[in-house]
Amino acid sequence: MVQKLGFLKESPSQTAGPYVHIGTTPNWVEITGVWKEDLGLVLVGPETKGERIIVKGHVYDGAGDPLKDALIEIWQADAEGFYNSPQERRGRADPNFAGWGRQPADGVTGEYKFETIKPGRVPYKDGRLMAPHITFWIVARGINIGLHTRMYFGDEDAANAECPVLARIAHKARIPTLVATRGVENGLPTYTFDIHLQGEKETVFFDI
Amino acid sequence: MVDQGPFFQRDRDWHPPAFTPQYKTSVLRSPQQALLSLENTISEMTGPVFGHDKIGPLDNDLIRNYVQTGEPIGQRIIVYGRVLDENARPVPGALVEFWQANAGGRYRHKKETYLAPIDPNFGGCGRTITDEEGRYRFRTIKPGAYPWPNGVNDWRPAHIHFSIFGHAFAQRLITQMYFEGDPMIWQCPIVSTIPDQAAIEQLVAALDRNNTLPMDALAYKFDIVLRGRRSTMFENRMEGN
Repeated sequence: MVQKLGFLKESPSQTAGPYVHIGTTPNWVEITGVWKEDLGLVLVGPETKGERIIVKGHVYDGAGDPLKDALIEIWQADAEGFYNSPQERRGRADPNFAGWGRQPADGVTGEYKFETIKPGRVPYKDGRLMAPHITFWIVARGINIGLHTRMYFGDEDAANAECPVLARIAHKARIPTLVATRGVENGLPTYTFDIHLQGEKETVFFDI
Repeated sequence: MVDQGPFFQRDRDWHPPAFTPQYKTSVLRSPQQALLSLENTISEMTGPVFGHDKIGPLDNDLIRNYVQTGEPIGQRIIVYGRVLDENARPVPGALVEFWQANAGGRYRHKKETYLAPIDPNFGGCGRTITDEEGRYRFRTIKPGAYPWPNGVNDWRPAHIHFSIFGHAFAQRLITQMYFEGDPMIWQCPIVSTIPDQAAIEQLVAALDRNNTLPMDALAYKFDIVLRGRRSTMFENRMEGN
């Protein structure tokens, strides 16, 4: 026997279940009057700096059907590449941009949609710049532990080509699963980022 | 308080794997490719902060936060505990959200069709922020067991869902709390997605008679552990050792 190291174990994850909205977006499921507004629905205000964009898509299961009960959270830097977090030591983020958003997939179509800003570049641990990206976290019924992935931008070919994280993906054919296509919707640049949980087009998920 | 260093790697043999066929929905919703292991970058070592200004006075009181005509029916309980990291350090300022069915096992959700009635005075959602010692506390009605279409006669044990934000997106966690002594814990296909019995027991809240309010409410203690961080004792690199 040796001395115990004394660490605790992380609480094990469990699925968020089909009714995750009750606790995370209660107003959206018509549980009104408990709290004023659901957290994370609105990311940008008139004072927020940066290019307004729409990020939208679906989360598909292994049969190609969209999840209508998924909950999607995003976390991203501001337009200058700073995170609005006490852990950010490189500078001060835009005080008018929290950087975190949360949206339920539509109960009928399964589409999710965020109105946000395009993030600036942030450094990898060795100082090289990563390409602009948005961190995604997906939970739903049938998902036992939240899935982490990243969305990169289809109009950032040069930055994507030198991103140290994308370079870690050995199977280059899988890199496009992380790159959103740019279009225009209601006059705003719109990035479509579909997430495939399983199968031929399976999105790259991270153990971070 | 400002944390340092990257997070301990997640023990994915302790957590449930993605593919757990006894929980049928996981079959088509589980990635088949290996996860890409990524050392923490600033994108995961940072995370949102929620101020107390977001929280209303009744947000942690499910007995009173949806009152329409009177108080909800069911067993009054207090659920309390601490949010710690794997180093056993408290995690202050953590947003903890919780949701649950009513005493009869019925959720207030438009897609829910179980025949047990909704309680007109019970919403089922709450939230709070941990104090400087990582403590949280809320008051609610003990949820009932709930049947679900998985096997032909599968029932969820009484449970409360928890969503926790630590200090970084890498710590993000959703889990479920179960109640001491419930025999259905050991029959549930969702509980058994967790391979290790000791890990399951970490999700079972203990009845705590010492914190029970006599003639009012029973108490259950439920501590939550988030990922710990490496120290920065040896500052040979700016980003930590």
